[in-house]
Amino acid sequence: MAGPLSYPRADGLTGRLSDLFWRRPGVLLALLLAPPLLWLGVIYIGSLFALLTQSFFAIDEFTGMIRREFTLKTYGELFRPANFDIIVRTVSMAASVTLASVVLAFPIAYFAARHARGRWKVLFYLGVMLPLWSSYLVKVYAWKLILAKEGIISWALQGAGLGFVLDGILSLPVIGGNSLSVSYIGTFMVFVYVWLPFMILPVQASLERVPVNLIEASGDLGASSRQTFVHVILPLALPGIIAGSIFTFSLTLGDYIIPQIIGSSRLFIGQAVYAHQGTAGNIPLAAAFAVVPIVVMAVYLWIAKRKGAFDAL
Amino acid sequence: MRSDRSGASLTLKCAAIGGLLFLHLPILLIFLYAFTTEERSYQFPPPGLTLQWFAVTWNRADVWTALSLSLKVATVSTAIALVMGTLCAAAMVRTRFFGREVISLLVILPIALPGIITGISLRSAFNLAEIPYSTFTIILGHATFCIVVVYNNAVARFRRLSGSMIEASLDLGANSFQTFRYVILPNIGTALLASGMLAFALSFDEVIVTTFTAGQQSTLPIWMLNELVRPRQRPVTNVVAMIVVLVTFVPILAAYYLTRGGEDTAGHGK
Repeated sequence: MAGPLSYPRADGLTGRLSDLFWRRPGVLLALLLAPPLLWLGVIYIGSLFALLTQSFFAIDEFTGMIRREFTLKTYGELFRPANFDIIVRTVSMAASVTLASVVLAFPIAYFAARHARGRWKVLFYLGVMLPLWSSYLVKVYAWKLILAKEGIISWALQGAGLGFVLDGILSLPVIGGNSLSVSYIGTFMVFVYVWLPFMILPVQASLERVPVNLIEASGDLGASSRQTFVHVILPLALPGIIAGSIFTFSLTLGDYIIPQIIGSSRLFIGQAVYAHQGTAGNIPLAAAFAVVPIVVMAVYLWIAKRKGAFDAL
Repeated sequence: MRSDRSGASLTLKCAAIGGLLFLHLPILLIFLYAFTTEERSYQFPPPGLTLQWFAVTWNRADVWTALSLSLKVATVSTAIALVMGTLCAAAMVRTRFFGREVISLLVILPIALPGIITGISLRSAFNLAEIPYSTFTIILGHATFCIVVVYNNAVARFRRLSGSMIEASLDLGANSFQTFRYVILPNIGTALLASGMLAFALSFDEVIVTTFTAGQQSTLPIWMLNELVRPRQRPVTNVVAMIVVLVTFVPILAAYYLTRGGEDTAGHGK
């Protein structure tokens, strides 16, 4: 008696569940969302709260134990000159790394988005993806080989009779050092190298979305290619640049391995966090230091969102 | 070379290709160093070439222990991330509900915030809850930041999957589970495989979060980090580095070939 209005009988548990999902889509939604939300909510957000809580504790100066009561003393310590220097140093490094990444990434992204076709497109895509995904430590290690005193850069410059250039750069105050691998210049180069793909991809994505007819219109209206670039292409690529800068900025702020392996002995935020939670056992101060990148990034993300950067991710 | 009538200028071409070389030459250099005879420094050019370090590395038990821990952690984390990421993507794609934006932020957060934040947060949580460090704590951390990889890939594929396919399946009498098994899964399968590979590569390489969530154990990246900070036998590190590069290239290339195009996804042409 299967009339046009009859339904196949739902039988068994799976059938009855399916009917329930159909009648109450909310139940299905809740069931789908529950496991990932529980995981992220409990493990991740829970942990962030644990971190935040710890940062409001302080270490007892006499016993060296953590006193579990609310205080802002630990945050006050961040403003001591030695600690504040670390913050300033890290933020300025993050800013210069971001600027350099934009300059290096733009031509690659532009070429890949607007000129590369077919095989070249694939080559550029994989050419960015492979370094992006290949091992972070291996990349850092490669630079240790490159920047070493006896490494390829010294060898090449000396071979070209330009050894004095390197010596000149290394003798600069603050950013110089004994060799490239123990100087800020070295740290900077490695940061730029490691995070560059994170800048290329969003910039390329935003450039790909610039309509060709806008560029043609600009040319037809008499703009030179330079004017077209400054007034049409650049503003439209800006969300992509900001999206990329979120990565380069945030990743530099939080990294503690690159400055530890390549750089001078002066600390960055990440190293301070690591040192305070490890040997020093001062978890509250480590937590307070870790809150700094969160605050900086929150401000940064807020600005980025207002500029519409998230559409380019 | 169509769009811009003038074509790419020479400067642009040089800058673009120079940029790509800048990204690749350092990695290639590692390959050369894996064969060097020089043991005590990073001398360039290598004074001689040899294959002996491959044998030395093969016989190092610590490398094997670290490798097997890394593989184990990456496998379990990937499996967890696949389930969590797919569930989340399925829920987010076709529905609008209160708090949706918050959830998408929540998924992205572990990768948007610096790794050290994730690391120190987990560590202080383990500390407060008095959970001892083990393989389990490493996996907790890795799975958390792998979810976003799966989620992103799965969401992209779900969007291309036409809703009428699912409705047709339900109209023809299949229940939700059958629809998932016979309609949805075949269509999102390659995306899941690809994201699983990327998640695996991500976990296999991860070092920052791991330094905070591992106790005395070493994953392969931790082993490398220790060798970088206090080198014992530099050529062995060179060989391991080279192998890591080769091993991670495979899933990345495979993931690319699995997700490229995508015109074959059912319902795409709608």
